[in-house]
Amino acid sequence: MEMSAYPLELPEDDRPMVRFMNVTKSYGALTVLDQLNLDITRGEMVTVIGPSGSGKTTVLRMLMTLETINGGVIYVDGKPLTHMPKNGVLVPANERYLRKARSMIGMCFQHFNLFPHMTALQNCMEGPVQVLGLPKAEARARSEELLEMVGMIDKKDQYPSRLSGGQQQRVAIARALAMRPKIMLFDEVTSALDPEVIGEVTNVIRKLVNEHDLTMLMVTHQMGFARDISDRVCFFYQGRIEEQGEAEAFFTNPQRERTKQFLSAVKAAD
Amino acid sequence: MSFQWKWEFTWAILPRLMWATVNTLLASGIGYAIAMVLGLVFALLLRTGWKPLTLPLREAIEFIRSTPLVLQIFFVFYVGPQFGVRLSPWVSGMIAIGLHYSCYLSEVYRAGIEAVPRGQWEAARALNMSTRDTYMRIVIPQALPPSIAGMGNYLVGIFKDTPMLSVIGVAELMQTANAIGSETYRFLEPYTLVGVIFLLLSLPTAAFMRQFEAWVRRKLGM
Ligand SMILES: Nc1ncnc2c1ncn2[C@@H]1O[C@H](COP(=O)(O)OP(=O)(O)OP(=O)(O)O)[C@@H](O)[C@H]1O
Ligand SMILES: [Mg+2]
Repeated sequence: MEMSAYPLELPEDDRPMVRFMNVTKSYGALTVLDQLNLDITRGEMVTVIGPSGSGKTTVLRMLMTLETINGGVIYVDGKPLTHMPKNGVLVPANERYLRKARSMIGMCFQHFNLFPHMTALQNCMEGPVQVLGLPKAEARARSEELLEMVGMIDKKDQYPSRLSGGQQQRVAIARALAMRPKIMLFDEVTSALDPEVIGEVTNVIRKLVNEHDLTMLMVTHQMGFARDISDRVCFFYQGRIEEQGEAEAFFTNPQRERTKQFLSAVKAAD
Repeated sequence: MSFQWKWEFTWAILPRLMWATVNTLLASGIGYAIAMVLGLVFALLLRTGWKPLTLPLREAIEFIRSTPLVLQIFFVFYVGPQFGVRLSPWVSGMIAIGLHYSCYLSEVYRAGIEAVPRGQWEAARALNMSTRDTYMRIVIPQALPPSIAGMGNYLVGIFKDTPMLSVIGVAELMQTANAIGSETYRFLEPYTLVGVIFLLLSLPTAAFMRQFEAWVRRKLGM
């Protein structure tokens, strides 16, 4: 599709929170995402599942603008994210545009990526103070409230090296939320955790689903959890959406052969 | 000339050498300060990946690292005036030493910065931090502790290289010892004293840097 065929802005009556439009990503000769089309509506919780290497992480990283795009456009809240309008057409976004456009997106990583030289509280305050320019007192209040929410308030002055994986991940969630994002991305946030602490992180995500109007996109290998909390499940296979559907229906009655194979393989592994 | 150690003479020249030691320390300190700042500037410029800048800079750094410091000192001091740049021995010496060591320190910084995990950059980006804040608040604080050992080695290196400044007449330890020697025709005591002074100052530096590294790590909660 010609670049000029992409709208500079999505029309009022057709504005999902996120729209992937023919999004292509490749590393050299390897095409990781192949003309991906995906809409996520406001407040929706979408879970991405699929075999290793199917491009799940890449979808999230593209949306967080950690990767450059090779084809297509991503729109967020109706406005282009990966591109910016210039002389009536979309051109690749520059750093300045990106900083504005991605401000409504937050992300949590598999390996937490907390800043090791800052305490839990300092980790949470860093963005609000440095990026949003909030006064310290306000940033602190906001961060403490969030640390309370994730059950980490009594560890607020600990450095990450003194926290368990589950605790670090909860701080990382609080840190991302402190930026007041509208969209939250979770990339296998429980995969690096010991089984006995997975629950403390999934409970926080559950809480977010129930109490906030966040739009969420989550990659997970925990099928039970995905089934419980997602509005919709997308099954990725080789950089494409092989099948998607409402969570309950997707798991009870998958249509495609590959989906069935994948689900029974995961079930066997559990 | 006598090969007998004379204590009387030793005590007599000690104050003068002590004063020269102050100059040596001053020269090391100023040279190192220049090298630290300039080295960081070079390391950051090289990271921009902007070829028209990084290619010549890389070549220049390589050039400076593969030619002797003493030549660079001569160059700044004697060749400068031919282009109308007349600098005092001190200024020339500090420029030459600072520049020389900045090339080594930029390499230390580069290694330190590259040791910061990619996830840290990505977390900073996900928080929408500016490039400047990402460096100043996230990357450099983490790159610092692993760089301290290397920085310490070059601090000792600069200190031991300051005698080269004697060739353009900076009144540091070596130049003072030479002067004493040519005035009194006694070289044993002044040169021995210079050696002892260097030894006494170099040895604790390594231990101090280790302490400093531990302190920085503690300070940064790591
Ligand atoms: N920086 C990179 N350079 C080259 N290839 C990459 C890079 N990042 C990802 N890939 C490749 O892209 C493909 C998709 O990767 P991605 O991380 O999105 O998979 P995934 O579905 O998240 O897998 P997993 O379940 O193992 O996390 C893989 O084949 C991977 O090897
Ligand atoms: Mg992945």
